[in-house]
Amino acid sequence: MSHSDPLLDELRRIAVQYGGAPAEVLPTRPDVIIVRAGPVVVKAHAPGAEREPLVERMRATAHPSLRGIVLEPVTEEVMVVGDRLVTVWPAGTPVDHLNPDAAPWEAAARLLARMHAVPAGALLPLRAAGGPAKVASMVARLDGDSAAELVVRRAFTCLPDLDAELVWEPFSESFSLTHGDWHMGQMVRAPDEWILIDVDDLGVGDPAWDLARPAAWFAAGLLEPEVWNRFLDAYRAEGGCAVPRDGDPWERLNLPAQATTVQLTAGLVVTAKREGRPMGEAEQTMIDACLRIIRLRSACQSVSTQ
Amino acid sequence: MQCPKCRGAMRTYERNGVHIDQCESCRGIFLDYGELETLTRMEGQWSQQHQAAPPPPPPMHGAPAWGAPQHGHYGHRPRRQQGLFGMLFSS
Repeated sequence: MSHSDPLLDELRRIAVQYGGAPAEVLPTRPDVIIVRAGPVVVKAHAPGAEREPLVERMRATAHPSLRGIVLEPVTEEVMVVGDRLVTVWPAGTPVDHLNPDAAPWEAAARLLARMHAVPAGALLPLRAAGGPAKVASMVARLDGDSAAELVVRRAFTCLPDLDAELVWEPFSESFSLTHGDWHMGQMVRAPDEWILIDVDDLGVGDPAWDLARPAAWFAAGLLEPEVWNRFLDAYRAEGGCAVPRDGDPWERLNLPAQATTVQLTAGLVVTAKREGRPMGEAEQTMIDACLRIIRLRSACQSVSTQ
Repeated sequence: MQCPKCRGAMRTYERNGVHIDQCESCRGIFLDYGELETLTRMEGQWSQQHQAAPPPPPPMHGAPAWGAPQHGHYGHRPRRQQGLFGMLFSS
């Protein structure tokens, strides 16, 4: 991407206006642009994002019940620059990619538990969280018939209808305010405490979906059992409502974690293909998890039809 | 046979393949060559099966039926997949 295009110039101008310091472009995922100026960052959201849902989410994020849980924006305003939506936030320090041992699992679990306890009624209108809808859209991006793609598609068709999972009632007991896209990149230290960021998928939903990524990594063997248990213990200790306080958490986690496994695998396969490289260790580990999902779901189906 | 300690009469018992001589007056026990080792070995096997058990496991919340095979085996430490840690950061 050219660094002298009008979009970037305007983002820099906004950043300097709010931050009062020289602007620099920060590295982030390819569909988002982050420009920092001293104490603030300006975010250009992914192309194609709709304005009204983001306006609702910014309004919810500014609500006092979310202080200390989700980063408070510098302004609630959603600006439009060219074809992009733009928001302004305090700058924070992200989790260190290169230091797994320092990853703040307990802090993450506590923040999610506290978010899930926020009465969503106070934040309405707010639409459904982004989690379940991402699964089908990522699988739809598979356009070939390689063995890996066939496995991912087959695993997806083994899952129950996720659209049915999206049917929710605003005040249903099993639904709450959820982040909608939680992973380790969705927290910053600002200034001293960890706090959740990125409200693009914030909404009402099944809170178990916010635990789905670590659950999927654990089930794939990528996350050590000790770390997973630390995360889950901290979530339960904070009163998190996504899983029962005692007993088997997998009754609630199985479907979100399996769907997320399919989604993550699809994403890895799409990326490997786009970059023209063979499946690596990460891809193979996730494909193996998809194969186990197929085996288990197929077995369950053949039993239930007997 | 006489007890080597009190000269009482020894009585012979056979227990799980171990030959034991016990004095009927002082209750002292005489073991044949190798029988102490046999008993020690049997005690070890018994305690392994019944009580000493594995070291206390960390609190576990179970693993799903579709989880990676290594889960659930205490003492087995999955390999550190540092290189894959980056995966935990992407949408």
